[in-house]
Amino acid sequence: MEKTSKKKLFEKLWSQKYLQLMVIPGIIWMFIFNYIPMTGIVIAFKDYKVTRTMWEADWAGLEHFVEFFTDPKFFNIMTNTLGISLLKLVIGFPLPIIFAILLNEIKNARYKRSIQTISYLPHFISWVVLGGLLITWLSETGMINEVLVNFGILDEPISFLADPKYFWGLTLISDTWKELGWSAIIYLAAISGIDQQMYEAASIDGATKVQKIWHITIPAIKGTIAVMFILAVAGMLNSNFDQIFLLGNVLNADASQVIDTYVYEMGLRSGRYSYATAIGLFKSVIALILLLIANFTTKKLQGRSLF
Amino acid sequence: MKRANRTNGEIVFDWANNIFMLLICFITLYPIWYILINSFNEGSDAMLGGIFWWPREFTTENYQAVFANAGLMKSFGITIARTFIGTVTNVLFTAMVAYPLSKERLMGRKLYITMGTITMFFSGGLIPGFLLFKNLGLLDSFAVYIIPSLFNFFNLIIFVNFFKEIPSALEESASIDGANDILIFLRIILPLSKPVLATIALFTGVYHWNDYFSGVIYINNPDLQPVQTFLYRIVAESGSTQMMAAATNVVKTTTSLSIKLSTMVITTFPIICVYPFLQKYFVKGMLIGAVKE
Repeated sequence: MEKTSKKKLFEKLWSQKYLQLMVIPGIIWMFIFNYIPMTGIVIAFKDYKVTRTMWEADWAGLEHFVEFFTDPKFFNIMTNTLGISLLKLVIGFPLPIIFAILLNEIKNARYKRSIQTISYLPHFISWVVLGGLLITWLSETGMINEVLVNFGILDEPISFLADPKYFWGLTLISDTWKELGWSAIIYLAAISGIDQQMYEAASIDGATKVQKIWHITIPAIKGTIAVMFILAVAGMLNSNFDQIFLLGNVLNADASQVIDTYVYEMGLRSGRYSYATAIGLFKSVIALILLLIANFTTKKLQGRSLF
Repeated sequence: MKRANRTNGEIVFDWANNIFMLLICFITLYPIWYILINSFNEGSDAMLGGIFWWPREFTTENYQAVFANAGLMKSFGITIARTFIGTVTNVLFTAMVAYPLSKERLMGRKLYITMGTITMFFSGGLIPGFLLFKNLGLLDSFAVYIIPSLFNFFNLIIFVNFFKEIPSALEESASIDGANDILIFLRIILPLSKPVLATIALFTGVYHWNDYFSGVIYINNPDLQPVQTFLYRIVAESGSTQMMAAATNVVKTTTSLSIKLSTMVITTFPIICVYPFLQKYFVKGMLIGAVKE
């Protein structure tokens, strides 16, 4: 009995040998490039130096974590990371939804399509190009100051990127400019799936446009909004590295140093591998917890969740 | 008929909405237009400012300077090579792994999917990844652009969901004719999957084209840096000697800024030309990916 079932299992496996042959390389790839680095996390609990292998290094326990929590920069880094993300979540998150709803109200199909195409464009521009452009524009002799001074809005030019107080706002604006249209794709698709008869029925009942948006469109895309919200909350500790890396500088560091840039600075610039890995691990764990909380909450409130 | 029924409120709404949309289009397009006109303006003249709508002293010297810069041209070569090789290998490899996973009967399917899903939410992070690349000898080699981005689990999900929709009758008739799964994948599945292949190729291609960070952290050899890394170095270390040399040795009127702008235009132009044609594919592709699993 035992033998025949084993034999059957093997026969089944043999019959799909080509399928297995196709999938295994991917599994090996994941093992090497995803799972081996996960074991590398062990150096967060060790004093790793390049001269020895990570397995030979001395144990450090939680030393690096304690060092990070007592680092004089800790509070500042956490404030910036969470502050920028929260700003993007509260103001940046609803904007693509509003854009999608309003775009859907444009009746001329060709005009609508053109707006859509244009709105995707900035997504394809690299952060290096956009960052470089912003650095030029926001400098004292840059185009923004030129316009503001000419219109009398400013008395004298401001070097925007040299002052920490403008930094958070600039990240929100540049992020929105780049991703507004792209983020709206998913909502537009959800809206296009709504049964048109519902709108017609509402019109007959004398509903205004705003009422239709409020009572038909928004409830219909609630599920999509919930899923995107879970993902946004889960990603709160992930700053937009490229953006902050490019726009941040020594002068605005008080507002621009976030976990991701600090990991880069400590790890690759200063060569403190163990310390940087500990900070990275701290971030991953909190992100995972945030994901589970956001998932649980939306499930309770909306009946929609990722898993 | 409907038009006559519109209330005043609706007319106001439509007007306001149209103006709002035009404003968004303007805000989106203007910065790009600004780079373009300034890149076609004499560099020293552009320093005076005031160029908002049209070049004042039209010239192509900035572009000539870029094309005459051997370092920049080499980095363009790296970018083109990695984008082409990286995209083709990633798309084919990911599709190949995805195909068996679209079959419920695949043994170990659950384990494989779980293994992949975990990687979407948890990773070793920057440093362990860096150390791995170092141990594998990937630092300072062209392969660092290709091998670590050979596979992408998010794209795999898009492929799996697409393959599931293909009617199995096609595959069955081929297997009766004696074709094995690899042949079926190559001869039947791939040709039917053009929309999803185009979508993933676009996503991957844009990643490769725009990636500067690999060049910053894994590459020291300037001959191997892609153009975005080159541009990053100009932006981060503005007025770098590399750039000043490029700016002054060809013609006097170019400045490091005007060179920067024309490089930006050249790097951005190809993608901007391609994406509108793929629009209907990537919109669909994103949806397939978002709907399930």
